[in-house]
Amino acid sequence: MSAQAIWKGVIRFGEVSVPVKLYSAVEDRSVHFRLLHARDRLPVKQAMINPETDEIVPYDEIHRAYPIGEGTLVMFEQEELDALEPEAGRDIEILRFMPPEAIDHRWYDRPYYLGPDGSESAYFALAEALEHSGREGLARWVMRKKSYVAALRLHRGVPILMSLRHEEEVIPIDSLEPPKGKPLDARELDMARQLIGMLEAEFDPGQYHDEYRARVLELIEAKRQGKSVKVVPLRRREPSEDLSRALEASLKKERKRA
Amino acid sequence: MPSQHQKKHKSAEPKEKKRFHPAGPRPLWSGTISFGLVSLPVNLYPANRTRPVSLRMVDRDGTPLTRRYFCEKDERALDNDELVRGYEVAKNEFVVIEDRELESLAPEKSQEIDLKRFVGVDEIDPMYFQRAYLMTPDQGVTKAYRLLAESMEASGRAGIATFVMRDREYLVAIIAEKGILRAETLRFAEEIRSPEEIELPEKAAPDKRRVKAMEKAIAALSRESFEREMLQDPHSQRIVERAEEKLARGEDVVELAEEEPAAAPAKGGEVIDLMQVLKQSLAEGCPPEQPARESERPPKGHSNGMSARRGKSRRAELKALSRDQLYERARELDIPGRSRMNKAELAEAVAARR
Repeated sequence: MSAQAIWKGVIRFGEVSVPVKLYSAVEDRSVHFRLLHARDRLPVKQAMINPETDEIVPYDEIHRAYPIGEGTLVMFEQEELDALEPEAGRDIEILRFMPPEAIDHRWYDRPYYLGPDGSESAYFALAEALEHSGREGLARWVMRKKSYVAALRLHRGVPILMSLRHEEEVIPIDSLEPPKGKPLDARELDMARQLIGMLEAEFDPGQYHDEYRARVLELIEAKRQGKSVKVVPLRRREPSEDLSRALEASLKKERKRA
Repeated sequence: MPSQHQKKHKSAEPKEKKRFHPAGPRPLWSGTISFGLVSLPVNLYPANRTRPVSLRMVDRDGTPLTRRYFCEKDERALDNDELVRGYEVAKNEFVVIEDRELESLAPEKSQEIDLKRFVGVDEIDPMYFQRAYLMTPDQGVTKAYRLLAESMEASGRAGIATFVMRDREYLVAIIAEKGILRAETLRFAEEIRSPEEIELPEKAAPDKRRVKAMEKAIAALSRESFEREMLQDPHSQRIVERAEEKLARGEDVVELAEEEPAAAPAKGGEVIDLMQVLKQSLAEGCPPEQPARESERPPKGHSNGMSARRGKSRRAELKALSRDQLYERARELDIPGRSRMNKAELAEAVAARR
């Protein structure tokens, strides 16, 4: 079965326009639980509560407010917020083209495959031009009232939009201080690097499977049939006291295995 | 809405009713990284905010509201210990699954990120990256943390493992940057569609002139890098600008009493004052002291000043126990959500119960 397009738009840069369809490149396979009221096992709803009175505030009486500074809110009417919403449109504007290493993984959000919407010739010309140039585009568009930024690039020869997190969503590492302490022991550092070297391998995503998901589904089935379920308590490991000894023993073990 | 709206809450007034304190910034996961025979305890915090701008929900007077689970039949908000997790097997028919049952499915992986493979950070296909979490050292163990971070960063390698957080298994790449460890959850291969599954049309040779014209347009727009600001969300920017204008005019401004920080979580568990927590946990090697959440896990029967004081000395005794010991007590007391609690939280919850 072929996939369903989630949106249609037109990629634009310079004089170029390429009509495309967007397809989600990933699927969510997680097992979804509902929260229930323990007493009667019925699903609960979420509600906004006034913490002073413990009373529910009906949805149409809820206002939005922007926290500005310490203890200050600026309130907005729904109409004001509606007026600030991004303007709907079909254009996927390319702001610039960059070398592929310019945008790295910390920004990646969700990938979308692009397929042609009507004109196949413009679509395949875009794929080839991207390949020849070795560059990727920084794209911006509005989809379902939300603004998106993305990298326009090729994945196995197919144009994709890798949607990116907005600047405001990513905590800048530079604003944090790493843990401090006495200078590290040169011998320990050396052993740690050796150990990493011995455990080095190619990234092979095919070797990892979500085994847990299947077990969760089995558990659900067992409980549904009223079977009893064995529960084992967790045990957390103790932190290593003597780093040098732990590293030496690890290296020895790896050498034996090799 | 009245403009020049001013509001001051009276504080320090004894409250009859239970008040709900939104969940504080606590780690999403606490466990151990294993690297060979070296193990180091860590806490995981989100490295991404879910929205570029966070608006709070308030009532018409500007009182910040809290999101709570609510029983339609009883018409009241529920406490966390009145909630269970269910899986819908048929319409309105649920199988209740407990946290400890989920943990028992993978006891090691629920507690441990075992780094058995190291790969080049650049080798990981971009399609796999899902979400980032920052790791902070726990239990004051910073030396092993720094050792792992420094040796991984120097070699440009990421540690690969699978682990279980909450009710799911994750493939994860541990990446070190500027001395800080970050866990990037990766998608499993089976979660990624191939181009063939989409059934895109067969590749056809495009018109050469058209390709050339596009290449020219690409070259004309080419730069060597981009500025972080280009990724800003214009929509959020507009809201912030408008809010500043309104503040300058004194329009629709609400001042809150000190006990209600405007930056409190909009949703249970979502942390806005995350930076503060991260800074403190990175500096001290353990999460900041959690404020007592008496109302969230209410002591059965009564709640007054006396029991709170007694609770305090008991908490000190409980702190001397290991997490395993505390977990066992929490299990005996059937404290909900215990699997997600770190040592300090377990001590808190057990103390509040007894």
